[in-house]
Amino acid sequence: MLEVRDLEVAFGPVAPLSGVSFSLAKGEKLGIVGESGSGKSLTAMSVMGLLPLSGGRITGGSIVFDGQELTTLAESAYRKLRGRRLGLITQNPMTSLDPLQKIGPQVDAVAVLHLSMNASEARTRTVEILGTLRIPEPALICDRYPHQMSGGMKQRIVIAMALAADPDVLVADEPTTALDVTVQAQIIRLLDDLVKERDLALVLITHDMSVVAQTCDKVVVMYAGRAIEYGPVEAIFDAPQHPYTQALINCIPKGLSTDEHLSGISGTVPTVSNYPKGCAFHPRCDRAKNICTSERPAFITYGNNAAACHFAGDDR
Amino acid sequence: MLLRYIFYRSLMLIPVSISISVVIFLIVHLLPGDPIDNLIRVGSSPDDRLALITKYGLDQPLFVQYYRWISAMFQGDFGEAIVLRRPVADLISQNLPYSLTLGGLAFAFSSIVGIILGTISATTRSAIVKQFMRGFILLGSTVPGFWLALLMILFFAVQLQWFPVSGAKGWDSLVLPVLTIGFGGVALVARVTRVALLDVRREDFVTLLHAKGLSMRTILVRHLMPHAMLPVVTILALRIGWILGGAVTVEFVFGRPGLGLLLIRALGQRDYPVVQGCLLMLALAVMLGTLIGDVAQAAMDPRIREEKT
Repeated sequence: MLEVRDLEVAFGPVAPLSGVSFSLAKGEKLGIVGESGSGKSLTAMSVMGLLPLSGGRITGGSIVFDGQELTTLAESAYRKLRGRRLGLITQNPMTSLDPLQKIGPQVDAVAVLHLSMNASEARTRTVEILGTLRIPEPALICDRYPHQMSGGMKQRIVIAMALAADPDVLVADEPTTALDVTVQAQIIRLLDDLVKERDLALVLITHDMSVVAQTCDKVVVMYAGRAIEYGPVEAIFDAPQHPYTQALINCIPKGLSTDEHLSGISGTVPTVSNYPKGCAFHPRCDRAKNICTSERPAFITYGNNAAACHFAGDDR
Repeated sequence: MLLRYIFYRSLMLIPVSISISVVIFLIVHLLPGDPIDNLIRVGSSPDDRLALITKYGLDQPLFVQYYRWISAMFQGDFGEAIVLRRPVADLISQNLPYSLTLGGLAFAFSSIVGIILGTISATTRSAIVKQFMRGFILLGSTVPGFWLALLMILFFAVQLQWFPVSGAKGWDSLVLPVLTIGFGGVALVARVTRVALLDVRREDFVTLLHAKGLSMRTILVRHLMPHAMLPVVTILALRIGWILGGAVTVEFVFGRPGLGLLLIRALGQRDYPVVQGCLLMLALAVMLGTLIGDVAQAAMDPRIREEKT
């Protein structure tokens, strides 16, 4: 359904994203994990063709959707895919709806645009979709304004907009980051159900390894604008090859014991202007050797995973 | 919802108008100088002077004068002009239409042209157009009205003789004053529209509008413009009050009658009733302007509507 290969993104002279590859079939859920600034959202925007909005552009690689190359697609043709076959869910539901318009028309617009429905057909459809998203009294909600609703409800509305034209791929860019913990679980479960019911392909961008473990089939781990490990969820959790992936997994709090101390990864993600030479993770890696500071590791397939580490596959 | 907002918002006008009337009254009476000086004939006796003072009630304590003024006002009596020796109401109703046509036309001109130019400068891809707009906005907001008025007269009235140099006869005499006042307004409105449009364009919800597959044009017309109009309405509302009195210098240069000119003359002559009447009209216009602005904003923005004043 969706195949991304060696994606490269540039903003003017800086290249904050390169070498990202993954593929996704219908009914599959792919997680993209990484800390802030690792290029997760840029990957999402690239797939949606929305990079020009923030002044970026794709400088290399390819994105193939349903046999169609997207990186060279004309904007007018891309527009017919967005909302129709590619749905986007953004991070902050508090700011992702137009505050001056009622909920109803904002969702209706998608069906009117892509399914050439008239206003009342679109409204019927909106009410139906809101209902399936477990929104109480969907017909009344249509007459509400965004500021009259809670964050969790707004995120459901955003999901409804993304689903309104029955897309094939849903890109969810940290859909739960801005929500209360209790609501987070609901939204994740909702997305999970939707994938099953509608046979969607889901790209779930998150910084939460535990969410990935619970929901996704495949994972791309990103660091400093590059994919550093890619593979099926079980394989990655069972035998993470990249030290960064291992560290991320170690960061998931496990038990109920009160004396367990939370682990983190020391240091910070480098900014675009000073990505380290060689393996970008080497300054934070406790297994770094000389080679890591000078040579960028290539992707090595090891079992079911592929990882960009000089020591992937070594016994530890 | 909106009606309730209008009701509560209008109630606020009552205390505001009372305080304004007090302030206007006091300011005028605190000015140094005396209208009687202008009125009395040279060589008159102190008794004549006293008679005049009593005639206009200037010997009474201030609060008595205020009470007389305000109660007469409620009956539509603005008092008698001391120097011009005519009812103030007459003077105002004679000058008001001139100010209203000039101000109203300039207002409409600057709103419409300003919004269009602002939108163009925010959405155009051409670097030349962008630079031109930037220059125009800078020029428009800095060039003083009276100087521009003189240039206009020199070029369009004297050189080309397209329009009359001064006066208020016929529609063609309105063109130059409207352009002069409107020029600054256009620049201001264009600037605010431009900045507001560029600001909303960066909002999160706009990304999502693009993700829905909407065209840039639809997004601009249905979503960006309504947002950008909020700050534009605010500054336009402030300019409504300006319609009546803001054009003083331009009225002066073009020799047009108007409320502004009346006020300036009356101030020079310490003609209290006229000054008070004019100031009150201006204050009323400003209050009405902000009221209209607030109501318009409430009509556009559901979040404001719910604040219930």
